Amino acid sequence: MNVVMLFGICAAVLVGLGLFGLIVRPHPLRKILALNVLSSGVFLLFGVIARRGTAAGLGGDPVPQAMVITGIVVAFSSTAMAVALVLRLFKESGAVTLDVAEAEPAKRDGG
Amino acid sequence: MASTTPGGLLLVMAIIIPVVGILIQFMLGGRFVNRIVFVVLPASFAVSVSIFAMIWSSGEPLVYVVGGWDPPLGIALRADGISAAMILTTAIVICATGIFARQEFSQPDDAPEARAPFVFWALLLAIWSALNAIFLGADLFNLYVALELLTFAAVPLVCLKGSEATFKAALRYLLFALLGSMLYLLGTAMLYGGYGTLDIALLSKQVRPEPVAWVAACLMTMGLLAKTALFPLHLWLPPAHAGAPAAGSAVLSALVVKGSFFLIARLWFDAMPGLRDPAAAQLLAIMGSAAILFGSVLALRQQRLKLLVAYSTVAQIGYLFFLFPLVIGAAEPWSGLAWTGGWLQLLSHAFAKAAMFMAAGLIAEALGHDRIADLGGVGRVLPLTLVTFGLAGLSLMGVPPSGGFTAKWMLLLASIMEGQWWWSLVMLAGGLLAGGYVFMVLGKAFSAAAEKPAIAMPVARSREVIALALALCAISLGFVPLQPSELLQIGRPEIPGVVR
Repeated sequence: MNVVMLFGICAAVLVGLGLFGLIVRPHPLRKILALNVLSSGVFLLFGVIARRGTAAGLGGDPVPQAMVITGIVVAFSSTAMAVALVLRLFKESGAVTLDVAEAEPAKRDGG
Repeated sequence: MASTTPGGLLLVMAIIIPVVGILIQFMLGGRFVNRIVFVVLPASFAVSVSIFAMIWSSGEPLVYVVGGWDPPLGIALRADGISAAMILTTAIVICATGIFARQEFSQPDDAPEARAPFVFWALLLAIWSALNAIFLGADLFNLYVALELLTFAAVPLVCLKGSEATFKAALRYLLFALLGSMLYLLGTAMLYGGYGTLDIALLSKQVRPEPVAWVAACLMTMGLLAKTALFPLHLWLPPAHAGAPAAGSAVLSALVVKGSFFLIARLWFDAMPGLRDPAAAQLLAIMGSAAILFGSVLALRQQRLKLLVAYSTVAQIGYLFFLFPLVIGAAEPWSGLAWTGGWLQLLSHAFAKAAMFMAAGLIAEALGHDRIADLGGVGRVLPLTLVTFGLAGLSLMGVPPSGGFTAKWMLLLASIMEGQWWWSLVMLAGGLLAGGYVFMVLGKAFSAAAEKPAIAMPVARSREVIALALALCAISLGFVPLQPSELLQIGRPEIPGVVR
């Protein structure tokens, strides 16, 4: 197994973990973290693809690297926005949950 | 290869002018918001109209190669027939929304600077710029950035009112949208890894039916479906669209969900024509059918007017996905007719739904509530607004003469002539259900037994007229000739059903 393959599998695992966390975990903060894990996987995949460009004699294909930088900036701002929303939600309601019906106030995720 | 055409600079201006407006707004501060918007909206509208006029008259797509670097090294902007139609529709709806929201979000000269007007106008301009970038983008990564800009502009619009429910709706919208864009980006990465380019024109020549293209197409489509709120990924849409201020809902429902739909169409018809698979197209239409039936039934069961209109959006989005089975793999002239019908449905829904959300907002504002059960007699207080609601409803139902009728008729005709009659049953059922929820509201509003309801706050006549004008736009689209439109074919391969 070569390095490209190894990192490619890592990227796939990260994407899978992120997707799982996003769907299964009810707490918004955990969902945001899961999204970040997912995006790390995607960025790693870009890195793997850039590495594959070495056949052309370059150290790496610069185009995917440029895309990753843009992607990281976008992911950073989306995380900031999501956290800001969570904070405002906590300020308004005193709890952070996406449940619409306020039937069980105790029904909060452990994290 | 692609090179800049005369008038290509207009494409850059369509994206840049709203952004410049936002920057000036930040520089000068909220006190000058009214004046800035008064200049930027007409300027950007003029650019949009001239793009449309140039493509209409020349019959050729406009191209601008940014910085003179040809793809695949550089990035191109390209406007074909469908982009032109979308750009013009966006310009009309956004300017109408601007006039509609002028009073609600105006910044008085002598008052201290308020937050809501500043944020609202910045977001409206940002949505316009992002949408134009989506309609003009010719590079999949560039389109990802435009898609994210659209999300970042649309989400805060949802929670402008600042209540607990709207924050929840906005957060849920954001999470769905971010998952969608991450899946899209993952697909983009795979395509780059597989083919070494993200330029749509270059990709279309290289993509072959093989695992990497299939996985990428599947991931990108799933991601975009989450953003388009196609059933069963529609959960975020009703609370988000119902919770925004009326002007915001109009833009969100009429335009923002169409941005991601536009990308799905670009992906399947332009970027990966080699992948067109009838089975995948059938699957998309099955999801669309489910959206029509579930969305309409849920709309019938709503107790709040704005939620009813939002569920109606869930249903109407379903019709757009008939585009895929009826165009892919079908023969002329029916695939061309379905192509025109699908896009016409998108345009007429944009006008009708913007008008309907404005009407619902005016009713809610006048009465101080939007409970459907207590709407009795509102037709006597706001006759013009209820007429608007009714006209928009005609287009949603597909009753002639209206854009909705012409669009659905074309799709219906294509589905029968292509031997895919089962879709026509769904379309007819969807029309009947839409009739049900529109008449549920109108029947209450014009019921003779009810007394004249008390008015909490009078609404300006000019705002009623703007909503009516949008509804009339939806109606006037019904006078489009019943044949494949030449405008929508500009810049496309000769026969849409054939692999290039």
